[in-house]
This record gives sequence, structure tokens and C-alpha cells, in this order.
Amino acid sequence: MSKIRVDGVYKIFGDDPDTALKMLKEGASKAEIQEKTGQVVGVNNASFNVEEGEIFVIMGLSGSGKSTVVRLLNRLIEPTYGTVEIDGEDITKMNPEQLRALRSRKMSMVFQRFALFPHRTVVENASYGLEVHRVPEAERIERGSESLKRVGLEGWDNNYPGELSGGMQQRVGLARALAVDSDIMLMDEAFSALDPLIRREMQDQLLGLQSELKKTIVFITHDLNEAMKLGDHIAVMRDGAIVQIGTAEDILTNPADDYVASFIEDVDRTRVIIASSVMRNPRETVGAADGPTVALRKMKDAQLSECLVLDRDRKVVGVVRDDDLARLSRERAESIESVINTDVPRSAPDAPIADLYAAAAETTIPIVIENEDGRMLGIVPRVSLLAALSGEDGTNGS
Amino acid sequence: MVPEIPLGRWVADLVDFLRDNLAFLFDAITWTISGLVSGLQWAFNFPPSLVTIALFILLAFWLRGAPFALYTLLAFLLIDSVGMWQATMDTLALVLIATLFAVAIGVPVGILAARNALVHAIVRPILDFMQTLPVFIYLLPAIMFFGIGTVPGAVATLVFAMPPAVRLTNLGIRQVDAEVVEAAHAFGATPNQILFRVQFPLALPTIMAGINQVIMLALSMVVIAGMAGAGGLGSQVVRSVSTVNIGLGAESGISVVILAIFLDRVSEALSTRGQPPA
Ligand SMILES: Nc1ncnc2c1ncn2[C@@H]1O[C@H](COP(=O)(O)OP(=O)(O)O)[C@@H](O)[C@H]1O
Ligand SMILES: [Mg+2]
Repeated sequence: MSKIRVDGVYKIFGDDPDTALKMLKEGASKAEIQEKTGQVVGVNNASFNVEEGEIFVIMGLSGSGKSTVVRLLNRLIEPTYGTVEIDGEDITKMNPEQLRALRSRKMSMVFQRFALFPHRTVVENASYGLEVHRVPEAERIERGSESLKRVGLEGWDNNYPGELSGGMQQRVGLARALAVDSDIMLMDEAFSALDPLIRREMQDQLLGLQSELKKTIVFITHDLNEAMKLGDHIAVMRDGAIVQIGTAEDILTNPADDYVASFIEDVDRTRVIIASSVMRNPRETVGAADGPTVALRKMKDAQLSECLVLDRDRKVVGVVRDDDLARLSRERAESIESVINTDVPRSAPDAPIADLYAAAAETTIPIVIENEDGRMLGIVPRVSLLAALSGEDGTNGS
Repeated sequence: MVPEIPLGRWVADLVDFLRDNLAFLFDAITWTISGLVSGLQWAFNFPPSLVTIALFILLAFWLRGAPFALYTLLAFLLIDSVGMWQATMDTLALVLIATLFAVAIGVPVGILAARNALVHAIVRPILDFMQTLPVFIYLLPAIMFFGIGTVPGAVATLVFAMPPAVRLTNLGIRQVDAEVVEAAHAFGATPNQILFRVQFPLALPTIMAGINQVIMLALSMVVIAGMAGAGGLGSQVVRSVSTVNIGLGAESGISVVILAIFLDRVSEALSTRGQPPA
């Protein structure tokens, strides 16, 4: 069962949503509807599932409806139509009491402009959710303090938020969300207000925390690089509608339309494209048991001057060069073993290609992509790396 | 021909009707207010004036330090030496009680107005009306309901001084950062938890500024309340005007100014106390 299930949800701001809905279904655009009826389409027929333990990123330009969608998940904004299920329970039918219980037990939220309580100390902020639960003061201060430690704010308990830098304030925001120990965290552009360096630090910290805590996180951003870095799945929004959902890889290699394509133009592709999507099969390989003459013949036919040597299990033993083989052949040697160069760059299939560049710079030998038990899956020649950078490559999986 | 509307008679009839049918209410109000005011007046006047002045100086020093303490010493000695001590203390008691009631009514109304659009829509024109009505008009119904003396003076004062308490409470609560309130909602807080633990504390500086204004308005009204027989500095001012006694006018006028400055600085200092660093 999905942790969060959003099904056919609309949010129309205004007093006449039925007319707006009818126009939407007849294919009218958000702008048309706004002009003719004054109704603002915040979210247009959104459906998606978020699985337990994943980071689900919602990405889109400003005004595309991201903040509205995330607020439909805890009903800070009421959906106009459609259902939202958390753990299989339809929250659109909950009464205020049930809704408060849901918000305080199951979900927590981190805000773009931090939204800390300026009149409370840092630890009182961090323990706010526990105060709402009426946890006794001593216990909640202790848990708030622990939560602060976890985000690297030890010793700041008794300061006020106004005395902290932006990055530190958002750590308090994060600590406040973590302290209640909810399954689900909603993060609305949580890092967008921070400087790039601090921002990267916070992203790394979030990933670090996530590997330990395994929460279900819905993360909003307008920044593709951030989406790619954090998201297990990414939904791209435009004018209130979700235009594509997929992994970072899916979206980069198969953008659903020009809007998504224009979005991904400026991404750092090397961090997102993984080795397996640019690797190919070697044109030829020689066996470790082949004699020099057989090996040389194979390489000549394939017009190779260097060639990988595989053993019976398709594990890469090393590379041989044609001039060495020619010498062995003249000497009538039986085995090619003596000329195999075992110094071959190797990488895992899910490594981002950024990691391959260093290896590629040092040698002309293609990089061998192998699985955990060492079997070769394919190779990445240097030319493929350069092509991947420009986007003019065979990265759409063919 | 425009038909003549007997508005004046309607209002007079209404006042008569209320006076006849709500007599118990007016009696209760009279008892409460006159009890509180005379109690406080007694408390200010009972100790020797130098003792009371010493207490004021302590308060002044605690709130704002030595210069203000010095002002307090000189200012109240001056009042005492021109023979205005008792009148000033009577006025102070009246101002404080009127402020107490204005705040006790005005702040909750302001909170309701901030949380409810309908209440806001009703309250706003009433406040506008109250603030533009000539101040003397407040005295008439007060005198009709409560006769002559301290109580009508206090009632007219508290009604006249109340609008800033309502307005600034309403404003202060509406001004609280919407995202901060949203955060409280997101963590499952109840409306009451949000009001008392988030909105109210964050609105407090604005509300305190409103209370400062209430005190200043109350003091200005108290002088007019002297015409209703409320005693204190007001009746001294009224007497100086009606007898064209420039000396008495100067003494009572200066006493009003001194008291105004003292109250303003004290309430201002109270309102900036306990603010978290920004
Ligand atoms: N309370 C509201 N009333 C009317 N329109 C709104 C309201 N909130 C958001 N909108 C509109 O809904 C659309 C989506 O807004 P939002 O979800 O804030 O976008 P994003 O977070 O992607 O920038 C925008 O066109 C915005 O103007
Ligand atoms: Mg937004």
C-alpha cells in the first residue's frame, strides 16, 4: 500500500469551482479560466502515489501549484475535488479533531521561510509539536534538545531564532519536524531561501538523516539539480497539472514534453546520468584461454588495437595490445597471460558519470562497468562520456 | 419637502427605555466602578505623598533607569508643592480604572474581530463612529444613565478610550506572520493553542502600543469628565476656566502634562519589556 495516495485532486480558488471544473474538462487553460470566471486553478487533476520511505520531489516553476499540492496532503488547504489517502485513510472525510490528530502524529512540515516562533527559544521551537501533544515539559525539552543535536545545533537551545543565521534557522525548522517523530515530512521549498553552499550542506544532511530515519518525504523545489539529487521519484508540475512522474533518470532521458525538456536544459547531467545508461557492449573481447594468434585475428577483424580479456565467467582479467600479441605470435608462445595488463578502470552500473571522468582522463582504456560479483556488464569509452555531456547521446535506453 | 426625522427624540426615548428597564445593570456598574475608583484613590492618597512619590521613583528607576527616576522625583514634587497632589492622585486612579475596563473589554473584542470577518465588519464602523463623535457627546448619555459624579466620568472615559485597544489588538493579531500560524496548524495545534500561545504573544507589542494609546486618551478625557463632576484635575481645570483663574489653570494644566508624560513613559517601557531579540 502506498503511504500517500492522491487521486484526481483539484484545487480551485474562488466561489464557483463547478464552472471552472467544467471548463477544465472541456480543455480550457488555467489562464482562460482565470480571465473568464475569475477562478484560479491551483491544482488540476493531480494523481500520484508516494511510497513509504522515499523522497518524492514535486518540481515546477513558481505558481505551478507545488505549495498548494503539498498543503492538500495535510489539508492546510482543502481540496475542491478528489481524494487524498494517508495510510489508506481518506483524509478529506476527517473531522477537525481527527485532522489535528493526523497532523500532530503522522505528519510534520518544514517551511520555505522557516516559520519559527520568534518569541520562543530554539529548544522551545524544536519541541513545539510535543507541546501540542501535551508531553510533559521536562521530556519535551529533552527530546527537542536531542533533535537539535541531530541537526548539528547542539548548545543553541536557549538562544532565540532571531539570533541565528538562515541556515541555522532552517535546521531548527528541521529539528522541529524531526522531534515529533512522524512518518511523513512535508518540505515546501525548505532550502530555497538559503545560500547555495549552505543549501548543498542541508541537502547532504537531509540525505544523511534520511538514510538513517527512512521517513516518507514530500519535497517541493523549483530547482532541478536539487530535485535530481534528492528525489527517488520526481513529479513535474505545470499550471497546476502534473505533466510527468518518474525517476531523475526517466525525466532526464525521456522528458514528457517541451516544458520538461526546457526545465532540464541546465541540469548538471553528469550527476544524474548513471554509467549503465551510457555503457555499451565492447565490439570484441578475447578469452583468457585464447592463444596469441587467435586473439590477434579477432582484434584485426574488429579493427582494435586494444582489447579486453575475459575469463569464462565474463569477468574482466585485463587488456592486451595488438603489438604485444604479434610479438608472442612470432615467438610461438602458447598463452597470452604474460602480456595482460590488469590495470583496468572499473565502475559500478549506478555510478553517476561524473565519477567516471577522472578515470577516463588517465587512460585510453574504456571504463569497465561490472556488477557486484565482477561480471562485465559493458564498457564506457571516453567518447561516450563526452557525448553524454552534450546530451547528444544514446541515453534514452536504446 | 424632506420629511423631518425625529432622530433626537428617538435617542432620548431609547435612553429613557434603557434607564427604566436596565436599572439593575446601571446600579451594578455604578457600584463596581465607584467602589474600585474610590478604593484606588484612597490607596494613592492614604500614605504621605513622599512615600507614594518614593514608590513611583522606584518604579521609574526599575523601568527606565536614573534619568527617568529623576524626572519622576522633580515632577511629582512640583505637583505636590503647587497643591495638586490629591487631585492628581484622584485623576490617576480614575485613568487606571477606566483603562482597566477599556482593555478588559477592548482586547477580547479585538481578538474576536481578528478571527471573525462578521465581527470585524460590525465593529469597524462602530469604532469609526466612536472616534469621530465629539467628545462632549459621550458625557450626555453617561450623565443620563449614571447621574453626576465619578461614575459617569469613568464610563464616558472608558468608552472614549477603548477604540485603540480594539483596533490595535485586531491589527496585531492579523499582522502575525501567516506562515508562522500555518506552522502551528501544521503541527496540529487547536485554535485556542494557536490564539493564546502563538498569535497573542506575537501581537503583544502591538496590543501594548494600543494600551498606551488608551491611557493617553483616558487622561485627555478625564479632564472633560471633570465637567460631569468626576473630581480630580478635571474639576480643577473646569473651575479655573469658569472663574477665569489663570493661576489655577496653570497649576492644574501642568499637573496634567506631568502625569501624561509619566504614564506614557511607564506604559511604553512596560510594552517593550520581555521582547525576544529580533
Ligand atoms: N489563497 C489563494 N487564493 C487564490 N489563488 C491562490 C491562492 N493560493 C495560491 N493561489 C494560486 O494558485 C496557483 C498555485 O500557487 P502555489 O501553489 O503557491 O504555486 P507554487 O508553490 O508552485 O509557486 C498560483 O496561480 C497562485 O496564484
Ligand atoms: Mg510555493
